[in-house]
Amino acid sequence: MTTAVEFRNVDIMFGARQDQALAMLDSGASRDQILQETGNVLGCAGASLSVQEGEISVLMGLSGSGKSTLLRAVNRLNIVSRGEVLVRDGDRQVDITSCDEVTLRRIRQHRVAMVFQQFGLLPWRTVEQNVGIPLELAGVPEEQRRRRVAEQLRLVNLDQWAGKYANELSGGMQQRVGLARAFVTEAPILLMDEPFSALDPLIRTKLQDELLILQEKLRKTILFVSHDLEEALKIGNHITIMESGRIVQTGTPEEIVLKPANAYVRDFVANVNPMSVLTAWNVMRDVRDLAAAGEGWVWLDRRRTTRLKLASGAAGLEVERDGKPVALVPYAAPQSGHDGGGPVFTIPVTMPLKAAMEAMQHSAAGPIAVLDGGRVVGAIGVRDVLGAILGREASGVRVSPSTPN
Amino acid sequence: MDPITEFMVDHRIPVGPWGMAFFDLITDQFNSFLRLFSRSLNNFLAGLVDLFLLLPPVALALMIAGLAWYLQRSLRLAIGVALGLFFIINQSMWAQTVQTLVLVVTAATASMAIGIPLGIAAAHRPRLYRVMLPVLDLMQTLPTFVYLIPVLTLFGLGNAPGLIVTIIFVLPTPVRLTYLGISSVPTSIIEAGQAFGATRRQLLWKYELPSALPTIMVGLTQSIMLSLSMVVFAALIGAGGLGTEINRALGSRRIDLGIEAGLAIVVLAIVLDRMVHVKTRGGK
Repeated sequence: MTTAVEFRNVDIMFGARQDQALAMLDSGASRDQILQETGNVLGCAGASLSVQEGEISVLMGLSGSGKSTLLRAVNRLNIVSRGEVLVRDGDRQVDITSCDEVTLRRIRQHRVAMVFQQFGLLPWRTVEQNVGIPLELAGVPEEQRRRRVAEQLRLVNLDQWAGKYANELSGGMQQRVGLARAFVTEAPILLMDEPFSALDPLIRTKLQDELLILQEKLRKTILFVSHDLEEALKIGNHITIMESGRIVQTGTPEEIVLKPANAYVRDFVANVNPMSVLTAWNVMRDVRDLAAAGEGWVWLDRRRTTRLKLASGAAGLEVERDGKPVALVPYAAPQSGHDGGGPVFTIPVTMPLKAAMEAMQHSAAGPIAVLDGGRVVGAIGVRDVLGAILGREASGVRVSPSTPN
Repeated sequence: MDPITEFMVDHRIPVGPWGMAFFDLITDQFNSFLRLFSRSLNNFLAGLVDLFLLLPPVALALMIAGLAWYLQRSLRLAIGVALGLFFIINQSMWAQTVQTLVLVVTAATASMAIGIPLGIAAAHRPRLYRVMLPVLDLMQTLPTFVYLIPVLTLFGLGNAPGLIVTIIFVLPTPVRLTYLGISSVPTSIIEAGQAFGATRRQLLWKYELPSALPTIMVGLTQSIMLSLSMVVFAALIGAGGLGTEINRALGSRRIDLGIEAGLAIVVLAIVLDRMVHVKTRGGK
């Protein structure tokens, strides 16, 4: 995997007395102290983070935590006081903090596009003209511009509205125009500064879903700022939590929820429903930890009612419940209830915990076998599920290794 | 007189003589140039007036009504403009009105041409604006009669000094309104331009100016109205037109002439205002 954006020890200080304020920062002064002594505002300090190509990386934090400040350093809307911000440009990396105007403009026109919280549309231009403006700035010929704009408007389902003025549209539609304007540049990196925060909850959810569907197709590198943890967990491949200008934790959604780095993060995730984050993989007992039940057999449940014969090679799997063979079938939701004599379900490792629980319900609380590419990798029983939901950290919930930063 | 006042009066700072010396110097040094400038400007304005007066009054009035329709796409306005201008013809004020119209349109155009770039520059450079501010205040508050005198000595009598006086009086308005329009463009709009790689020129033409356009257009209407309000004063230093008629009416106490010329100015003002009025698109 290649790194699309990398922050290296980024300090951002707003105000005139840079040297003095940075010296104070180095000697360990707090944000408030710096503000009082110098009048400078610490935007963010010592931020290091790398964003891989094709992932959605979410910057999270309360307002004033420096998340937008850091995001806006990527296209130099904010000037970095110290440190580097490396942006991938073809097969080289450009340090945005020190590159010349021409390079910066090229990066802004072709490599990094942006979506704004307040949309940033021009009210005197039509939807079509708004979407086309980045191409206009880059000097793309009119005919090609028209074609690319039409294509993007179709992508966000706004082709009927091309001739309307931007302020005749609802908020959700305006932000779709914002998305189309960012996509039309064909920039591989997308900065999204709380793009859905100004929208009402239903529209927000809808646009999140649309973004995820588009992302499946487009595979952009997205740096996304949000103050809404549910949103971050839903769309982020990685989440970075920031507090008063500093990064406190970076990790996958389940790492953040299951292993909060400090009290601040713990408060953040306190109200998160684990069922919306955890997958079968997080809660299962690994197949190597299952109790042996004879030659080549393991017990799927702790009560030792159901055992499974691990196939050697591609041979079919065998399952017995209370000594009698039963069928092993992939779970497909939702089904009519089964009694004790029903089959044992299998689910893929990536299945959300909620679906795994449904499978369990339909097999009378029997154990579920977890498959990864046709191979049994673990089993889930009632106790595993309860442990995961009730005592997150106390239970043996597994967390995927974080990608090194 | 008390001694302090006496002392102060005795040591009077000679601002008046200084100013006079300054203008004398300019007149001495640049006299031939100033006269040439003034003469060509007079000829230009007179030529323009003669050109318009070549046409039969009704034809010209109808052309202006046509222009009104072209600018505003309103038949009602076009008819109103035509009727108003017919009234002026009827009062036999047409030649004077054309002269005033030429003066007003030239002054407003020149003020916009100078004022908009200055306003943009001021909005982009706060320091420059701080320097400009007292000058603008001076231009707007100095009584018109005070600068009629130096302008008269520099440029002589005629339409040219009238035009210059009018421009001095009008110029601050487009400067201020352009400054206001450009400096109140929302940051979100500027950032949207920067984020997509706009150059400074693109930022100005595609983001700032369209966003400031409604305010700048207010500057245009105001410039026209202020120019019109100056024609009476400009007539004192020889600018022709309706102002001359009003001065004549004042000098000979002719109420009837005053009413006729005054009404012609009012009609002209309304016609011009409605013609350049800009419908703003949705707002910000």
